[in-house]
Amino acid sequence: MGFEPFLFYLFSAVTVVSAGMVITRRNPVHAVLFLVLAFVSSSVLWMLLEAEFLAIVLVLVYVGAVMVLFLFVVMMLDVDLAALRAQFIRYLPLGLAIALVMAAEIFLVVGPSHFGLADYPRPAPAAAGFSNTEALGMVLYTVYVYPFEIAAVILLVAIVAAIRLTLRHRPETKYQKPERQVRVTKGPDRIRIVNMPSEAKAGGPATPKVTPE
Amino acid sequence: MISLSHYLLLGDILFSIAVAGIFLNRKNVIILLMCIELMLLAVNMNFIAFSHFLQDSTGQVFVFFILTVAAAEAAIGLAILVVLFRNRRTINVEDLDTLKG
Repeated sequence: MGFEPFLFYLFSAVTVVSAGMVITRRNPVHAVLFLVLAFVSSSVLWMLLEAEFLAIVLVLVYVGAVMVLFLFVVMMLDVDLAALRAQFIRYLPLGLAIALVMAAEIFLVVGPSHFGLADYPRPAPAAAGFSNTEALGMVLYTVYVYPFEIAAVILLVAIVAAIRLTLRHRPETKYQKPERQVRVTKGPDRIRIVNMPSEAKAGGPATPKVTPE
Repeated sequence: MISLSHYLLLGDILFSIAVAGIFLNRKNVIILLMCIELMLLAVNMNFIAFSHFLQDSTGQVFVFFILTVAAAEAAIGLAILVVLFRNRRTINVEDLDTLKG
């Protein structure tokens, strides 16, 4: 067995085992961490497939941003784990049966008889100076520039939606209102002169009555 | 040697594990979202394998867009989850029956 099949089988095993851990762990934090392991090891598999840019993007964007977001939410919510796991065993046979049937069906389609080396031989490895990022960018910014813009709009919509959903106004908190602060006028908004008579202190000498203005 | 069907079978196994996870953890919305992420990973694995063996970078462009949409989906889904937990104090799917007719 050469070095590349060894890497493939090693990281495939890590990916599959950690995916199995994701769905069976009792603690959601452990499940998120195993999902991170699955993503990292499949990013190594993508490097074996010479998709270096997407492998790095998977680690940077997915593990670095999306999975950390998951971890934040899992740690912030105070979830009653026992109630959520109550019927785990009850659905185990059904879930396993359906998963096995699905896996067998897909195997019949994509098995070695249809997609083996005879039908799809291994392509020659890329030249030493070949840049996967450059090749992807050349296609992305010319042929697919319109879907690229749509993807940017989708991200903008996601930002606006996520912020609006989680924004909340607490009535007990005091906020500054900048728009009212800048619109204040110099005269009556800032100072108000009232005209009131002075009062003598109880028992003390009577002070002379002073009237302002 | 590693053939295309090896990678396709890996995607097959990952997708089946994710489907089994949806059945097993059908009460916990967070695990359900994570199972959807696993399914997307399996699909992306197939796209990149075909892209490599057919020497066509369109598959990688498609994976790029899938990653974008998946990030947006995760952000909005988790925001909805936080609002849900703030209002109902639960993320159990069976307690979310407000729309029941």
